[in-house]
Amino acid sequence: MAIENYDFKELLKLPDEHGHFGPYGGIFASETLMEALDELREAYDKYKNDEDFLAELDYELKHFVGRPSPVYHAKRWSEKLGGAQIWLKREDLNHTGAHKINNTVGQALLAKRMGKKRIIAETGAGQHGVASATVTARYGMECVVYMGAEDIERQKINVYRMRVLGAEVKAVSSGTKTLKDALNEAMRDWVTNVDNTFYIIGTVAGPHPYPAMVRDFQAVIGREAREQMMSETGKLPDALVACVGGGSNAIGLFYPFLGDEGVDLYGVEGGGHGLESGEHAAPLCAGKPGVLHGNRTYLMEDADGQIIGTHSISAGLDYPGVGPEHAWLKDTGRANYVIATDDEAMAAFHELSRMEGIIPALESSHALAYAAKLAPTMDKDQVILVNLSGRGDKDIHTVARLEGYDV
Amino acid sequence: MSSRITKHLASLRSEGRKALIPFFTAGDPHPSVTVPTMHAMVEAGADIIELGVPFSDPMADGPVIQHASERALLHHVGMRDVLAMVNEFRQGDNQTPVVLMGYLNPIEVMGYEAFARAAAEAGVDGVLTVDMPPEEGHEFVSALHGQGLDPIFLLAPTTSEARIGRICELASGFVYYVSVKGITGAANLDTDEVARRVELIRSKTSLPVGVGFGIKDGASAARVATVADAVVVGSALVSRIEALQHESDKIPAKAAEFIRELRTAMDG
Repeated sequence: MAIENYDFKELLKLPDEHGHFGPYGGIFASETLMEALDELREAYDKYKNDEDFLAELDYELKHFVGRPSPVYHAKRWSEKLGGAQIWLKREDLNHTGAHKINNTVGQALLAKRMGKKRIIAETGAGQHGVASATVTARYGMECVVYMGAEDIERQKINVYRMRVLGAEVKAVSSGTKTLKDALNEAMRDWVTNVDNTFYIIGTVAGPHPYPAMVRDFQAVIGREAREQMMSETGKLPDALVACVGGGSNAIGLFYPFLGDEGVDLYGVEGGGHGLESGEHAAPLCAGKPGVLHGNRTYLMEDADGQIIGTHSISAGLDYPGVGPEHAWLKDTGRANYVIATDDEAMAAFHELSRMEGIIPALESSHALAYAAKLAPTMDKDQVILVNLSGRGDKDIHTVARLEGYDV
Repeated sequence: MSSRITKHLASLRSEGRKALIPFFTAGDPHPSVTVPTMHAMVEAGADIIELGVPFSDPMADGPVIQHASERALLHHVGMRDVLAMVNEFRQGDNQTPVVLMGYLNPIEVMGYEAFARAAAEAGVDGVLTVDMPPEEGHEFVSALHGQGLDPIFLLAPTTSEARIGRICELASGFVYYVSVKGITGAANLDTDEVARRVELIRSKTSLPVGVGFGIKDGASAARVATVADAVVVGSALVSRIEALQHESDKIPAKAAEFIRELRTAMDG
């Protein structure tokens, strides 16, 4: 149900001081972590407006990550679809191949200032793990990455990349052996080693201040995109489309546009085999509010409140929760949440590869798949900006295997 | 009106005895074992039973209690089943306090008021929710108090003095000091440090103080009993249950034997 007459400008002021986005977010953590979360919040509040910190962050984003990432007009594909012009925000061109590094650079610089030398992270597709291993190598820190045993199997290349970068990858065999279990295990590590350890959460979930902090580090995507689209097309886009697992690339793109009512926002969840099959990763489309991993948000759960297994072809979307800010954007009606199925994402993966010479990550392919449906319903002078959050190199084995090739 | 927990701990205190609180997960390894095990442990000297509510994502627990949750979930043991077990326990025992310990989501899904009503009707006395800090807990705590249930809160080695004060204002029944940084079933505890922390907690509240995490045997239980009002034993008990998962009829007697060992060491 949408909240009526909500002033979207209010969204830019969230979260409140306790980390709430409407009824969502907050701090639902065990007592041992409460002081550490306080310490993190204080440090973040101090440095987020600190000139030296921001200057170092800017420098690193420019020289190490390669920002700004360009926007690209997918002309041939747009022409084929026969509707709105599709533009891509090229986060796939960042160092390490995805948007995840925007956040890990930010959090690692914060960890450095807080005097924490040991970094832990959880990872699903492995992109956040690689981005964490990359920055810890860059800044000379110890790095432990927790990864579900099933994801380790699905993303062998990224596992090896992390090891090359000097990180220790720990397999998590509890529960469903995927991202949520890796997050549980990282939390357990943090509770045990809270004095010397900084936990770099990779998405806009977790207890406050993580959802706000990760959003702020990712919002560079939307800030750049706003300026770039103004200068390339002379106006703001009519619609933004991004995939949503935990939701960090989507919120990074959306946030600077939240007050612009003329810009429609579409978050695309992993539709798996379709909502009716029950095998999907779409808590915003098919779940209900609950509490997991430190915040209140939409979840995939059963009638007893147990978290249920999710399915998506894309490991990065295979998560039963979602960032609390997305939950509030849904309830206020500011953003629309939709799905793309595994098959639709695969089709988009091939289509972009062949028509534009860009192999997209399977996560981003979900956003492309929805854009391909949306574009023909719009006029040719309208613009859709899709967040191409990552490149598809890491998925080549998965796609090849599904199509019967042995590579 | 003072609760069953408050009365029970007060009467133990007046006798100069310390409470022994065993924790195990409801439905582990089979739902039929839970109530007989509760009765057997009371018979053997347990003062309060802490019953774990199975959850799919037990973030604060070590492998021993995670696996206990997984075994119980194989039988789909949810909050309503746990409450039915407490209700069944109450048919034979209306004295021994029962505390539910678990995570928020199985409560959230029922709604706070509905949960509190159902828990009170079943005969539950206290509720400890690991991932519900007092900052988020006001509505929940009033729902519990409204039904005469005690909200039990954890205090950690990292909890500041100011927070201890704030938490103790909301808590009733007792407060539970987590004696090590980390998950359940982890590292050994440092009794001197525990003694210092318990003293600090006592300077902030007159509530009884329970201590748990890292208590493995009679010797560690006895050491903790010298400084705390209550000793909570979890993973060490659950390990014994796990060892008998395929001979679950032997679990009540084995659990009782372990409780007697702890009781003897604490009273000795």
